[in-house]
Amino acid sequence: MAPIQKMYQDGNVAILHGVGYENSPRSHFRSMDIWHTCEPDTLGTEGWLARVVRDIDPNKDNVVTAVSMGPSLFRALVGPGVPVATVENINSYGMLTGLTPEEKLSRVLSRYRRMYSPAIGTGPVMDYLGQTGLDALKGADILSAAPANYSSDIEYADTSVGNKLKGIAQVHLAGLGSRVFYLDHSGFDTHADQVSTHARLWTEVSTAIRDFFDDLEAHDAADNVVMFLFSEFGRRVYDNGGGTDHGAGGVCLVIGESVRGGQYGEYPSTRPADLDQGDLVPATDFRSVYTTLVEDWMRLDPVSVVGGNFEKPEFILK
Amino acid sequence: MSDTDLELMAHLMRRAGFGASRDELERRVAVGYEETVEELLHPERQEPVDYYEFLRYYPNWWKPGTMGGLGHAGWVWRMINTRAPLQEKLCLFYHQLFATGVSKVDHYDEIVDMIDMFREKGLGHYKDILMDVARSPAMIYWLDNHENHATSVNENWGRELLELFTMGIGNYTETDVRECSRAFTGWTLTHKLPRFHMGRWDWEFEYRPEDHDGGEKVFLGQTGNFDGEEIVDIILAQPATAAFIARHLYSFFVADEAQVPAWSVTPPNNPEAVQAIADVLIESDYHIETALRFILYSNFFKEARFAKVKNPTEVVIGTLRLVGNTGRPSPEMMGWAIDITNMGQDLLNPPSVEGWHSGIEWINSGTLMKRTNFTAELISDQSRPGVVSIMDRVKMAGDSPEAVVDACLDVMGPLEIAAEARQELIEHAESLGPIDWENDSPEEGGAARVSEIIQLIVSLREYQFA
Repeated sequence: MAPIQKMYQDGNVAILHGVGYENSPRSHFRSMDIWHTCEPDTLGTEGWLARVVRDIDPNKDNVVTAVSMGPSLFRALVGPGVPVATVENINSYGMLTGLTPEEKLSRVLSRYRRMYSPAIGTGPVMDYLGQTGLDALKGADILSAAPANYSSDIEYADTSVGNKLKGIAQVHLAGLGSRVFYLDHSGFDTHADQVSTHARLWTEVSTAIRDFFDDLEAHDAADNVVMFLFSEFGRRVYDNGGGTDHGAGGVCLVIGESVRGGQYGEYPSTRPADLDQGDLVPATDFRSVYTTLVEDWMRLDPVSVVGGNFEKPEFILK
Repeated sequence: MSDTDLELMAHLMRRAGFGASRDELERRVAVGYEETVEELLHPERQEPVDYYEFLRYYPNWWKPGTMGGLGHAGWVWRMINTRAPLQEKLCLFYHQLFATGVSKVDHYDEIVDMIDMFREKGLGHYKDILMDVARSPAMIYWLDNHENHATSVNENWGRELLELFTMGIGNYTETDVRECSRAFTGWTLTHKLPRFHMGRWDWEFEYRPEDHDGGEKVFLGQTGNFDGEEIVDIILAQPATAAFIARHLYSFFVADEAQVPAWSVTPPNNPEAVQAIADVLIESDYHIETALRFILYSNFFKEARFAKVKNPTEVVIGTLRLVGNTGRPSPEMMGWAIDITNMGQDLLNPPSVEGWHSGIEWINSGTLMKRTNFTAELISDQSRPGVVSIMDRVKMAGDSPEAVVDACLDVMGPLEIAAEARQELIEHAESLGPIDWENDSPEEGGAARVSEIIQLIVSLREYQFA
């Protein structure tokens, strides 16, 4: 994690301790759902970042306001009528690209557009598919410009997280009006071999993050990006010999030039008597962290996004 | 033969298989629905796929070991070529249910062994499958049961056994999780070291009595010195387990349900159907063949046409079986295996133990684009026998745009699409003048024009449903 340590020493990393919510279910997907929807008690259907995107662009003027990097769309970005470009490889992104010549392609795509129009369709599933098809067409038109206009001296490490961050840098630098980018990196569920696995994963992640910010800085475009890192829960306090079971309270990182570096929140007590079923008790609700991001960074009303009023840690420079 | 028979057979083959060409559907309708169901439920009556043919071309796939990204190629080849499609479909069902991934196991061979077990025993009793899964080295490593010791309990397997493989969240306590895990202490695997720098030793299940906690456990209200198998018996006696497995079968074979993590808070869309399946499971001692026969004969199944979004495997395998000439081991086939991954379903490497989010969550702008591009490109290849056969049948409809569009929709399904969408297709067919079958120009000849319509049909929203 040396690259992140360096950024921390430069004052660009906020570390938030003991973040979570009450009654953690210790189930990956349920917990991830809660983080994604801000609904710890019922089943949420709408992602918090989808609400952010809707607030930024209520008329859906820009289908690349949010870009999801990966083969699947993250639930945080899922919301009725919210377009999200889901890009796995930005270099080959386009609909019916096998059709030639150009004239035939445009004839077929214009018919496609009509067949996917909102006038045709019954029910939410067909409407969702229709909107998705149209957004895909529009997004492909816009995003095709990004890699072509990109050049950089930064060599990203050839890891999945490095490639995703490079794609994000390309879109960000193309100035297409994208405001929210989402990516993931998996493998942290270390019930065993925790020490060596975490060492490898954090090397991949921290190297990619350093390359990403170096790239933005070289293009004079680092000051308007904040990166937020979380996982669905921390790990159990007592290990099982080589790893740990699912826990409750965890840690979040916020990185960027506009971040007020330092440590936030109460470091949870590890005394056995203070643990809940063997887990750290989170003192900071994850929605507090979202509140700071939404209000102080995105400059939006946080209450409707996170579903309530939460005290916010002041980790964004004003 | 009536259209209704044909539509029903097409539905059955989409769900209990990977779809079928019109020729195959007509053959099966002639044999009858019940006979076809029995044939699907008896894979042993079919000539098995000659896996050695695949291995002759790709010997490395005998033991893909730690090879990156393509461990599922051999399975993909089986799915394309099988004459017992329900058998492979069930492997997919169990792989989704017992989701085990190479991202952590780092040993494709062992996950392939699990799939082979599903192929062999998938139609049998659920308990036998569960016990084999509990002893599967891939699962043991995936859920850390090799770290589950008498002196330090690791709850990962015990927890997921209850949460994901049998009962569902909300039907047991944290204490049950721990007691369940204790019963599986000492269930471990041997040979954890690499065979050589590019491979792995085969793993084997090992029971170590000295590492087993044989003490008293209180599990789901019962007290005893339970071991793993006794725990499974207690679990299977719970009505919650039958209901949970029934819901999985319903969601996979009948109609998309909410995502699994939501089941504890969202009731089934058709509670009566799920309960009926659960009853059959209990009466038959969880005999999956019996449950599937019940489902495939039921009205709720027959009425659930196009009530599921195809998963990426269904999109790719279905298209390949339709266009034909795709059964040989070839570099092309390797690309198709990766296409499934790129549509969001990296086989043998699910995102987590909870499997893939399915139904409408398969679809986003990126994956919709990949599905459409993949299908349109193959269906436009006029050299494929399945495409030739489709063209021949459409040709018999003549040259009126309306008749041609209807023939295309019929032979590609039969598909049910919105009237407005059909009108758009007819307009598209009309827009370039009469369709001239005698003209064989690759630009505006009859076949080229019809191909354009078929590519639009596979791009339709309706085409994403099975």
